[in-house]
Amino acid sequence: MRIRAFAAVMAATVALPCIVQAADLEVTHWWTSGGEAAAVKELANAFNATGNKWVDGAIAGSGSTARPIMISRITGGDPMGATQFNHGRQAEELVQSGLMRDLTEVAEKGKWKEVIKPASLLDSCTFEGKIYCAPVNIHSWQWLWVSNAAFEKAGIPAPKDWNEFVAAGPKLREAGIQPLALGGQAFQAANMFDVFILSIGGKELFEKVYKDKDEEAAAGPEMAKIFAAAVQARDLAKGNNVQDWNQATNLVITGKAGGQIMGDWAQGEFQQAGQTAGKEYSCLAGLGLNQVLTTGGDAIYFPLIENEETTKAQDALAETIVDPKVQVAFNLKKGSVPIRGDVDMASANDCMKKGIDIIAKGGTATSVDQLLSTDSMKQKEDLMAEFFANASMTPEAAQERFAEIIGSAD
Amino acid sequence: MPNSMPSRVGSTGSTPRSSGRPNQLFRNLNSKIASLPMIFVALVIFLGGSIWTIVYSFTNSRLLPRANFVGFDQYERLWASSRWIISIQNLAIYGILSLIFSLVVGFVLAALMDQKIRFENVFRTIFLYPFALSFIVTGLVWQWILNPDFGIQAIVRSMGWETFEFNPIYDADIVIYGILIAGLWQGTGLVMCLMLAGLRGIDEDIWKAARVDGIPMWRTYIFIVIPMMRPVFITTLVIIGAGIVKLYDLVVAQTSGGPGNASEVPAKYVYDYMFQAQNLGQGFAASTMMLLTVAIIIVPWAYLEFGGRKRG
Repeated sequence: MRIRAFAAVMAATVALPCIVQAADLEVTHWWTSGGEAAAVKELANAFNATGNKWVDGAIAGSGSTARPIMISRITGGDPMGATQFNHGRQAEELVQSGLMRDLTEVAEKGKWKEVIKPASLLDSCTFEGKIYCAPVNIHSWQWLWVSNAAFEKAGIPAPKDWNEFVAAGPKLREAGIQPLALGGQAFQAANMFDVFILSIGGKELFEKVYKDKDEEAAAGPEMAKIFAAAVQARDLAKGNNVQDWNQATNLVITGKAGGQIMGDWAQGEFQQAGQTAGKEYSCLAGLGLNQVLTTGGDAIYFPLIENEETTKAQDALAETIVDPKVQVAFNLKKGSVPIRGDVDMASANDCMKKGIDIIAKGGTATSVDQLLSTDSMKQKEDLMAEFFANASMTPEAAQERFAEIIGSAD
Repeated sequence: MPNSMPSRVGSTGSTPRSSGRPNQLFRNLNSKIASLPMIFVALVIFLGGSIWTIVYSFTNSRLLPRANFVGFDQYERLWASSRWIISIQNLAIYGILSLIFSLVVGFVLAALMDQKIRFENVFRTIFLYPFALSFIVTGLVWQWILNPDFGIQAIVRSMGWETFEFNPIYDADIVIYGILIAGLWQGTGLVMCLMLAGLRGIDEDIWKAARVDGIPMWRTYIFIVIPMMRPVFITTLVIIGAGIVKLYDLVVAQTSGGPGNASEVPAKYVYDYMFQAQNLGQGFAASTMMLLTVAIIIVPWAYLEFGGRKRG
């Protein structure tokens, strides 16, 4: 008898979670900073309203910490209900080996092909004509965030573009202000460099280097100019003792640093701190030089799970993500641009409106995430981390190695 | 029943006569069966896993292992990568210094502890306490202590030495020493305890004899006690050595490899390329190099240590 009772209890512990999990969907993501967490809450609430339950699987740290955990779970046979990736090539092999769910049906029902703009977003989700992810938002990197208070303290007007910012560097230093905030995480330096290519070098150079992987262009005189700009940025960033990007943003918010080059998600941090664009801080799209933004961003992927209830919940989440109302609520909090052009973003602040405007006018470029494999991205990141931390590394030496990486990139 | 009895007796009776070689396998059968899982784990997981890794290091596997062989490509790329070279250099500096310092400091502490001092238990606890902390906690604690804005540098400056400079973890040239400090702080206590155990194992009579002969204490330690503690030293060496090769979490917590990649270590290279860059082949090549390095050091030593004894 005792054994039978024991067995029943054991069976119950196995069976019960299954019943509870039926409509539960675990969503893993790395949206953990203040503004990001507020945005996730919007998405979770909207999903809960469909009768399912959002189980939050936030992974602290940046994407480079979170992605290995997500991928190991998927390849290791313990997939979550849904997971964030940057759209692009991060989940490429998972899709190719059939570990991800085909969302084509949901996409056709929701007419994603017509509403999602720019089309490159959906292209990155597409493999062999089938759609494998739901784009959530558009993020662009080409923003210079400037602390107006810091420039006031230094007694100079706030800059209108990157060149003025560089010129103001010595004055800021004199006033005891760190000119450029840059955290120690490697992706920050690497992406700042990509911003220089697009904003200073122009779209043509950007595409030659990253899309065509043209080694000659990467070693050429146009790129040498970019490396010269990177050296200037390296000097301006000297003396940074922070690691995380939001800590660096905080230096700008508190006026301890003059400015930061960071994607539009930094916007959420300013908002959380109760600051308004144009008053406490200004934002310069394309560094104030070139009004072109990359349209990378986040997408939600759905691992293949053989369970009807889970599948239904996945469909519901995919529909929720693309829903116009959710798009507005989520993106307002996160400071990013919605993936569809037909929603009303009137309540967005000035910086976001600038971004939406540029994208609507067609000033877009494909993001580096979508063009380079993660392996090449990592090599580039290693090089930039070394270059920005080591003042004795010459731009010529760095360019030589950069050209090698582009030459062997895929 | 009656029929089977004699035959069973016969079979047991015959064992002693025909025993000898074949039954050697069944001696201590219970303990052999008990150790089967461990043998299985060692063979399949350690040996099998290592061989699998070495084989796949010659492929161009990306996120998932694929048997598409490309020869030594991954190794060529590995040795052309400046990050890998920096990692090896860092490990060499950290390894040699941490080996020397933890042995010397650990032994000196243990010898001091062995002087029948008061409150020995208290001191022992204090010295061993850091070992109870994980490398992650150690790394974070030392990241704060060494932070120039609110750590040692800020404290000394606030006491009046305005120009005092001690900023190891944000200076690319000396960052590895900042990690070394944290590593020693964490690991020396254990070495001390091992050494103390060794010292306590030395027969009191040897000390008496040395004293009768009028040998000074430091000479007794160096020429009599230390040679007698050889097995303890070997154990300690293995423990420290393993700690050095797998150095990873301390770096991640303290500097995450920075500034730039000045404090990268091989184990971190392996992890980053396998999982962040989604390039298994490159990660496997790096881990094979780590295995090879360890083998180059261990194999001749093990041969001298264990192989030699059998002959002698």
